[in-house]
Amino acid sequence: MKKRRILGGSALLLIFVAAFAMGFKVETEHNLDKGYQVGDKAADFSLKNVDGAMVSLSDFDGARGFLVIFTCNTCPYAQAYEDRIIALDAKYKPQGVPVIAINPNDPSVKPGDGFAKMKERAAEKGFIFPYLFDEGQKVYPKYGATRTPHVFLLEKTATGNMVKYIGAIDDNYQDASQVDETFVENAVDAMLAGNEINPKTTKAIGCGIK
Amino acid sequence: MNKLLTLGLMISIIMGCAEEKKQKKVEAETADNELVVQKDNTNTDVAFPIYDFDGFEPMLHKDDGKTYVVNFWATWCKPCIEEMPHFERIHSEQKNNNVEVILVSLDMPNMWKTRLEPFVENKNIQAEVVILDDPKQNDWIPKVSEEWGGGIPATLIYNKDKRTFYERGFTYEELNNELYKFIN
Repeated sequence: MKKRRILGGSALLLIFVAAFAMGFKVETEHNLDKGYQVGDKAADFSLKNVDGAMVSLSDFDGARGFLVIFTCNTCPYAQAYEDRIIALDAKYKPQGVPVIAINPNDPSVKPGDGFAKMKERAAEKGFIFPYLFDEGQKVYPKYGATRTPHVFLLEKTATGNMVKYIGAIDDNYQDASQVDETFVENAVDAMLAGNEINPKTTKAIGCGIK
Repeated sequence: MNKLLTLGLMISIIMGCAEEKKQKKVEAETADNELVVQKDNTNTDVAFPIYDFDGFEPMLHKDDGKTYVVNFWATWCKPCIEEMPHFERIHSEQKNNNVEVILVSLDMPNMWKTRLEPFVENKNIQAEVVILDDPKQNDWIPKVSEEWGGGIPATLIYNKDKRTFYERGFTYEELNNELYKFIN
């Protein structure tokens, strides 16, 4: 009788462990494989800025939204967009939608994307927005960023930061003067005006996050 | 006891799946060497044909009985460079077997003379190299494959009966295995 109870207890424990493992697994799989879709609520984070301070979305009291941009020092596409990211921040920070740049790369694989190099790049280019280091690569898989640069436009609402647009900055990485569609500007303008965003997602070639 | 075994089995399956997912993550990455960005370089005499997507698209739809292995790459993409020898090996082994390898460079115009040409020459690349130069990526990426998110390396294998798109890197064995699904 006693033995039976112990067995029963172990079975219960195992069920608990299995349920936990399954629940955990489902969440991990969702995060790693898909990340956020438009309409999802985006998690906040606390990441170190190039100035040494920790930055969270909740720090921005007056914000109406955020341009969370996964970018880095080394990717040629990211470099091609640096000036345009600065321009986006200059245009939309006053309207309540600041740029929050995050470097998702692992410096042990990409030495050019280490924290010290981020500081150098931010100073060199005169970044006017936070340039955060995704230490331990915990944030980019949640968002589902796959490449740099990869933009996630969030709208701040009473219930959280909702994902409104995912994709590229515009339709011409090579030459800012040849851009026909400014995807991100159109999306922010529509969001601020309360209009439908179109398109809500775009594709671009980028450097995979490593 | 059976229940216990079933549960144990479930747990190992779950763990196994987690492992598999980890390995599935193959992503492009920039090469470590920093870029030499040269302004004002002219591309008048680049050694490879340069296409916009409209010019390039027929290469994705040839209907001549051959099997085409179309690899999208760039000199700044480290995993692309790592898998390049496998595409070269496939090219030399299969060129008399109705297989054609096309290496589609997505290098930027300022890299064609400074990086692409020296790379192809130094590595003695024998497969056909073309340049796809079309910044309207959001328009053409889905025309290559709806599945493509835009990461490289990426490869399309097709013939008149079958086509499969891969947004991933390959070992030689993996590439060969995939190719044999088309030529046998």
